[in-house]
Amino acid sequence: MVTTSTQDLGIHLQNFTDFQRRAAGRNVPWLRKLREDAFARFAEVGFPTTRDEDWRFTNITPIVRTQFRLPGTALVQLPPAELKSWNIEGSAARLVFVNGRYAPELSRIAALPKGMAVSSLREQIEGNSDQISKQLGHYADTQRDAFVALNTAFVEDGAYVHVKRGVVAEAPIHLLFVSSSDHTALLTHPRNLVVFEDQSQGTVVEEYVSLGGGMMFSNGVTELVAGDDAHVSHYMIEREHKEAFNVSTLRIQQGRTASVASHSFLLGGGLVRNNVHPVLAGEGGECLINGLFVGSGKQHLDNYMHVEHASPHCASRQFYNGILDDKAHGVFHGRIVVHKDAQKTDAKQTNRNLLLSDDAQIDTKPQLEIYADDVKCTHGATIGQIDENALFYLRSRGMSEAEARRLLLLAFASECVERMRPGAAQIYVEQLIQEHLLPFREHSRHAGVGTGERNVEEVG
Amino acid sequence: MSLLEIKNLHVNVDGHEILKGIDLTINPGEVHSIMGPNGSGKSTLAQVLARRDAYHVIKGSVSFNGKDLLEMKPEEAACEGVFLAFQYPVEIPGISNAYFLRSALNAQRKFRGEEEMDAMDFLPFFRDKLKLLEMDEKLMNRSLNEGFSGGEKKRNEVLQMSILQPRLAVLDETDSGLDIDALRIVANGVNALRSPERGFLVVTHYQRLLNYIKPDFVHVLVDGRIVRSGGPELALELEDKGYGWIEQEAAAV
Repeated sequence: MVTTSTQDLGIHLQNFTDFQRRAAGRNVPWLRKLREDAFARFAEVGFPTTRDEDWRFTNITPIVRTQFRLPGTALVQLPPAELKSWNIEGSAARLVFVNGRYAPELSRIAALPKGMAVSSLREQIEGNSDQISKQLGHYADTQRDAFVALNTAFVEDGAYVHVKRGVVAEAPIHLLFVSSSDHTALLTHPRNLVVFEDQSQGTVVEEYVSLGGGMMFSNGVTELVAGDDAHVSHYMIEREHKEAFNVSTLRIQQGRTASVASHSFLLGGGLVRNNVHPVLAGEGGECLINGLFVGSGKQHLDNYMHVEHASPHCASRQFYNGILDDKAHGVFHGRIVVHKDAQKTDAKQTNRNLLLSDDAQIDTKPQLEIYADDVKCTHGATIGQIDENALFYLRSRGMSEAEARRLLLLAFASECVERMRPGAAQIYVEQLIQEHLLPFREHSRHAGVGTGERNVEEVG
Repeated sequence: MSLLEIKNLHVNVDGHEILKGIDLTINPGEVHSIMGPNGSGKSTLAQVLARRDAYHVIKGSVSFNGKDLLEMKPEEAACEGVFLAFQYPVEIPGISNAYFLRSALNAQRKFRGEEEMDAMDFLPFFRDKLKLLEMDEKLMNRSLNEGFSGGEKKRNEVLQMSILQPRLAVLDETDSGLDIDALRIVANGVNALRSPERGFLVVTHYQRLLNYIKPDFVHVLVDGRIVRSGGPELALELEDKGYGWIEQEAAAV
């Protein structure tokens, strides 16, 4: 890891100094310490570089070089039409955050089931900081991830979701993060704390959108705690404009026989890094890590999975599908760590990719670290083009080339949709994908005629 | 006017001349069978008619309903009424059979200026066709051909044909690999489609299929040329004697 000597972190220090002076909860000792320790850690290690194994395929120089500012306190007006289109039909609540800050006037928290609490994190910090002190910052690792450290230094707002023991809340909670930059390079650090107590059940959708163009960087962290036997679905949807920077980290802590599904959809953003880090801490836990990334232009979409099996008899399933066109660059890094005592671990990882142009690129890398001796770990990756035989078959039935192409892309993406629990969130995502894939069909092929897929499959 | 008129057709695949001057005319209502040994060019002819672009026509002409078929893209040929039942139907995970069929039908209806069919109208439309082909309705909700048995795939081809109602149906070894029950079912499906307006080109390696689908004409293709044409009795002769004698005869010419 490179030291700060080659990086100018001055702007972040200045931001931090200003922030500490006015931040909510600045006088709460544990919070102050959490922030200061995190910033110290960030200042110590600085941003990662491509010499760092975890960042080999993703060059974040544009983020390092930009003089980002925290958003001002002025209210940003949002056009109602846009807000309407960012709406999940049938959601239990929608919390809107504009430039990282909770906007109650744009949010809707309807009748929630008894035992479910939803609010902004700031509200908790200001009124109920003891409650969140038991979890906030306990899971996301500031030591090994500079972006998590930076986020933690600036922890102030985001969503707080708490579901009490045994409460089943199927309608999704929608967390909508809208970035709208005026002239400055805008930096936000959304922080979410989502706690599902034992035997509770529910769905949280975290979505990032932007209004207008402009330089913006969203560095979000979500800590998701799933108690014993809890069933939780988490959705991450990135669809900011194509120059936006987005780094997000989902840290999942799973209890005994808890079942968590993480679904990521990277559709927008210019330079995107999506970290998913579940820790299967209790026996018999299950984790599904499902994702789709669709890139065109010069989008860079990096998926970093870090699945930690810390207890016996747990199962994890990773399925990521990528569609890349133009000069888009995708990364899938699937790290599985099986701790010494995590016997009978069953871990599977699959990454399938479609490259639609000669210049599109995918780096896919499995990384297995197994310290137990009775485990089943498999991983596989495929890289291919649109199947010419399938294309001809569809056209021979009367579909235009564009329509046939669209159908094949949808079919490829639908594998990810089918892994989601049926419901409002699934319908929403399916619609988004269909709309997003429309322009891809017009793309005449320029990748060589190839029906071959490269397969890399290993069983360990 | 003839339905299909092939004149002196020469076709290259990967730089090799596979078809070396085919002449064939099919009139509405006629069933023609093309037989021949492996590698004679039967499938190439079928694929060219469906407008596969890896097959390069170097000489000759093909007119379909008075239009130049060789100018058409695959989807245009399909919409004009050419249907190819594939020898090896493609599996496409993620697209349901029902959705695929409706998309295909609607693409063709749109081409003809007809109204598109929604899912509700479509259901009764294909139900009796499923019955004809003795297919389980559950197959409609499964991914297109994925995990289908060989017989199910071939029946699915004929199902598509009966829904799309082409002017010219080209069957590329639809009988290969079928047991006698499946063969009978597939043949029933094809026979139900026979009509005075429709033409068939039945490509087969074996005479057996022709017991069920009675051809009006049989052509023998050897090494890219039609070396003999005749009535149904020619097929029986081939069944009896094999392809050896006719290959020798062709080589001697």
